[in-house]
Amino acid sequence: MHERGATISPDPVIRVALVRKVFGLVPVLDGVSLDVRGGEAVALLGPNGAGKTTLLRILATLLRPTAGSLEIGGIDARRDPERVRPLMAMVAHGSYVYEDLTARENLRFWEVMRGGDAAPARLMAALAQVELDGVADERARTFSAGMKRRLALARVLLGQARVLLLDEPFTGLDQRGRKWVHEFLQTFKAGGGAAVVATHSFGVGLGVADRIGILVGGRLLVDRPAADLSGAQLYRLYESLTDGLEVAP
Amino acid sequence: MSYTRRAWIIFHKDLLVERRSKEQTNALLFFCLLLLFLFQFALGPDRERLAAALPGLLWLGFILAGLLGLGRSFLAERENDCWEGLRLTPGDKSAIYLGKLTGNCVLMTAVEIMLVLLFALFYNVDLWTPAAPLALVLALGTLGLAAVGTLFAAMTTQVRARELLFPVLLLPAQVPVLLATVSATQALLLGQPLADVAHWLKLLAGADCVYVTIGVLTFEFVLEG
Amino acid sequence: MTHAPGWLAAVSLAAGLAAGFGYAPREAVQGNVQRIMYLHVPSVLTAYLAFGLVLLGSIGYLATRRPGWDRLAGAAGEIGVLFTGLTIVSGSIWGRPTWGTWWTWDARLTSTAMLFLIYVGYLLLRSVIDDPDARGRYAAVVGILGAVNIPIVHFSVKWWRALHQPSTILGPGPAPIDPAIEVVLFLNWVAFTLLFAYFLARRIEIARLEET
Repeated sequence: MHERGATISPDPVIRVALVRKVFGLVPVLDGVSLDVRGGEAVALLGPNGAGKTTLLRILATLLRPTAGSLEIGGIDARRDPERVRPLMAMVAHGSYVYEDLTARENLRFWEVMRGGDAAPARLMAALAQVELDGVADERARTFSAGMKRRLALARVLLGQARVLLLDEPFTGLDQRGRKWVHEFLQTFKAGGGAAVVATHSFGVGLGVADRIGILVGGRLLVDRPAADLSGAQLYRLYESLTDGLEVAP
Repeated sequence: MSYTRRAWIIFHKDLLVERRSKEQTNALLFFCLLLLFLFQFALGPDRERLAAALPGLLWLGFILAGLLGLGRSFLAERENDCWEGLRLTPGDKSAIYLGKLTGNCVLMTAVEIMLVLLFALFYNVDLWTPAAPLALVLALGTLGLAAVGTLFAAMTTQVRARELLFPVLLLPAQVPVLLATVSATQALLLGQPLADVAHWLKLLAGADCVYVTIGVLTFEFVLEG
Repeated sequence: MTHAPGWLAAVSLAAGLAAGFGYAPREAVQGNVQRIMYLHVPSVLTAYLAFGLVLLGSIGYLATRRPGWDRLAGAAGEIGVLFTGLTIVSGSIWGRPTWGTWWTWDARLTSTAMLFLIYVGYLLLRSVIDDPDARGRYAAVVGILGAVNIPIVHFSVKWWRALHQPSTILGPGPAPIDPAIEVVLFLNWVAFTLLFAYFLARRIEIARLEET
């Protein structure tokens, strides 16, 4: 299927311990613990509403956990979210794209905001890597969903993040787009980065991940290496945990 | 220095977006023209009455245009979760506030110039003689309006009843600016020297400092979430 | 726990009002209507106290993110608006016989009305945000700006009035000469402050219970 790399480092880049998140009176995450090492990708599977997006947003420091600890790159992310943010890149539903700017201008904007080097050569190189160099000076409004997603990935490339957080990265993409994201993830891992991919499709999960986690009702019920599970086993396991809730192949 | 770069790129980005979409500026300038007619019809044909009310009308028109123009400051950020993207950028977030403030000041200045020209044209007012001190009053008033307007716009972007809450919050806060600018403008149009309105200018300058400072200090709390 | 101050407030208020309308001498120039000053002045002082607490709570919340500070700010804001409303109404009633109208753009009244508007806006903002953290943060920013604006509003209104009319002899003016009036005023001010403290404590308690 894919190789468990010798590139996976021993120390976790992400350490999540007993994280709880309560909105009002509703607990969305109930004591989740997770470690992700460099060079490793963890797929978070689960039905809608299980808390995948919430966990991802907590990892991104967009939300504060109600309880529990979060360490990224050895830094306490609860106390020092600002120090942790440069290490991370998030690609979620919104692609952080300004519709009226060109691809090149979008990249330049985010790179300058990041405090990085926005030299034209670097920008073009990143665009070339995601095959958007041909439309570098077209407005993002004319882009398809897949192209906007690739633009987001170009932004990630420029950012040199160590942690990649992907929320349903394959939705709305065609076959080529999906292949794209897949390859991107492999390259990212090979470079030592840690990735967490939230998805409700486990074909995707199995395809990209070194480890599979199943989040149901705010709890991480399963956390196993992907190599240990075949597709059929995963399906049965998932079914049993989610009582036959809606699942995409 | 990264802070200045970031403030600048925000300003530059807003400029690009505005130039390309053109929606806001054209509509605002047209709105100024409409206001002119509105005031004329509301106050009737009596030239004297209009002339007496002129300073107030100028600033009233300006504030109304400001309510429309400033409230939309952060609308572009609502698309594609760009607001969230801004939250995740490193460094002092007040750079974003200053960048936006600069953009808003430029916008409001354009509106102001439009209004002043229209007033001079249609109501036959001599705005050339007191032009320099008047420009000073206008500049100080613009900064005051934009400083608070930018902050409150950021706040109300994320809130229910945005279109209502923005004016409700902004107008009371702007009363000192309104009083100062109208009084000063009136005095200047009557031919009084700059020295006579010095206390108003000092009030405006002081208020502007306070408003911008609060904007810079509290913007990070507004951006979050 | 909060009931004892309540009784104390009620008693002192009763004493204060009795003194105001009974014991205190009839003012020479304005007559009995001047007695409303015993409501009006303590009201405005209490309102200022309330808005000072809004400022404190706002800064406290932004600094620590502890909900207690936000509850303080919210409760103080509500009660402050109440007392500001009372100030305006009592000021209006006081002015009616003398000015002939219910309202006039007198500097003090206008400033107080501006205060009212600023903090009603504050309460409106609080009411449309459900998320407690966002509400606390946004309200704090508006609360801080509102408080800092108060002196600016005060001066701008005062100078604006000076342009249009010489300042009227109306209003509390220079300190009342008659020491009896002073004493009664002080008594009422203490009573109002106690009442305010009682309301504040109760309101904060209710807010705390609502959140759990």
